[in-house]
Amino acid sequence: MSYNPQDTSQQPEALTPDYRSSRLRSPNHKLLNLAPGPGELTSPMFGHDLIRPNDNDLIINYAAPGQAAIGEQIMVHGHLLDENARPVSNALLEFWQANAGGRYRHKKDGYLAPLDPNFGGCGRTITDADGHYSLRTVRPGPYPWPNGGNDWRPAHIHFSCFGAVWAQRLITQMYFEGDPHIPLCPIVQTIADLKAIGRLTARLDMAHTVPMNFRAFRFDVILRGKDSTLFENKLEGN
Amino acid sequence: MPRSQSASQTAGPYVYIGCMPSFAGLENMYGGHDLGSEMFSPDTSGIWITVSGCIFDGEGAPVTDAMLEFWQADASGHYAPQGGSEGWGRRGVDAQAAGYSVQTILPAAVGDEAPHINVWVVARGVNLGLHTRIYFDGADNEQDPFLAAIEDPVRRASLIAARDGDDYNFDIHLQGDNETVFLNV
Repeated sequence: MSYNPQDTSQQPEALTPDYRSSRLRSPNHKLLNLAPGPGELTSPMFGHDLIRPNDNDLIINYAAPGQAAIGEQIMVHGHLLDENARPVSNALLEFWQANAGGRYRHKKDGYLAPLDPNFGGCGRTITDADGHYSLRTVRPGPYPWPNGGNDWRPAHIHFSCFGAVWAQRLITQMYFEGDPHIPLCPIVQTIADLKAIGRLTARLDMAHTVPMNFRAFRFDVILRGKDSTLFENKLEGN
Repeated sequence: MPRSQSASQTAGPYVYIGCMPSFAGLENMYGGHDLGSEMFSPDTSGIWITVSGCIFDGEGAPVTDAMLEFWQADASGHYAPQGGSEGWGRRGVDAQAAGYSVQTILPAAVGDEAPHINVWVVARGVNLGLHTRIYFDGADNEQDPFLAAIEDPVRRASLIAARDGDDYNFDIHLQGDNETVFLNV
């Protein structure tokens, strides 16, 4: 068994000078190729019993009883798939984000927006048999960050994704359709391919939007796939 | 219909909120227990060791907002033989020590691979998570095909933790003269 390599056309370079933090934190040497072995082709697995009922509900999972986080309530859902469009089931997903005002619950975040006493900003879930996941949250606010200029992050939710194997481990960010900060953000722009940026952008999903309640957004995450060139003795079209 | 893989984005400066919320100061999130606090259950047989070290940027400054994940075989050379997440763990950078420390079982060799811990490094400024490996000073590293493929002895040495009894030191240099070897897995 093997896995498709990192698709360098889709992934950011290590050194992306416009994102200043990358300047001293990017290896100068090229990555050394390693044929995947037992460590790369296995993964820690987390049982569904890990997840408590409201772990994927950021509106209430840090709130006092009867309280709720302040902000525009949304539901984000989609599928965790591999490049062959096969579901990645039973995989742990973890989320974190700023509150509705653009402030993280973190001692290093000194942005002037207030903390929300009922919002922690993290959640988690495990994908079902179809690779589906969902979370309920408040839409995070955009916020300024120190990068040398007048830089603002588009509203985003961080996603940490496990897969079926260690080689699929991924952390990425989800953006919102129509956000004018997407083309201006040096972190988003570490990705050269506009279509790849588009794939990190959640779409408004009116089919799952509940009238007079919340809007839904759809966001799929695609992990590296099993080498499919000869999958089941037939070419799979890639 | 094939799909293109999702691009990576930096874990940013607040990765602890999402992955280690108690460490980040979110009291009682997930019952006050961060996932990956223990590599193995306490009754696991094997030689218990401590691996600790610091993470440095290209100017030698400590990186204090990184998260490390570890994934390793047990003392019989198997990855999570019962399934589950034994052999996996996470650490952030301790604010006082400016480094990390993890207690674990000395892994056994797996096939022709010398004993090692797989490490994944994410941090602000790291666009795509970095894979590396911790090998152990004093182990039989000579036959390991991956180590053998690294021609420069200084580079090879960047993957071997220094030993002091059951304590090992493994620093990670993201860039520069002592740059750690990172892997394209």
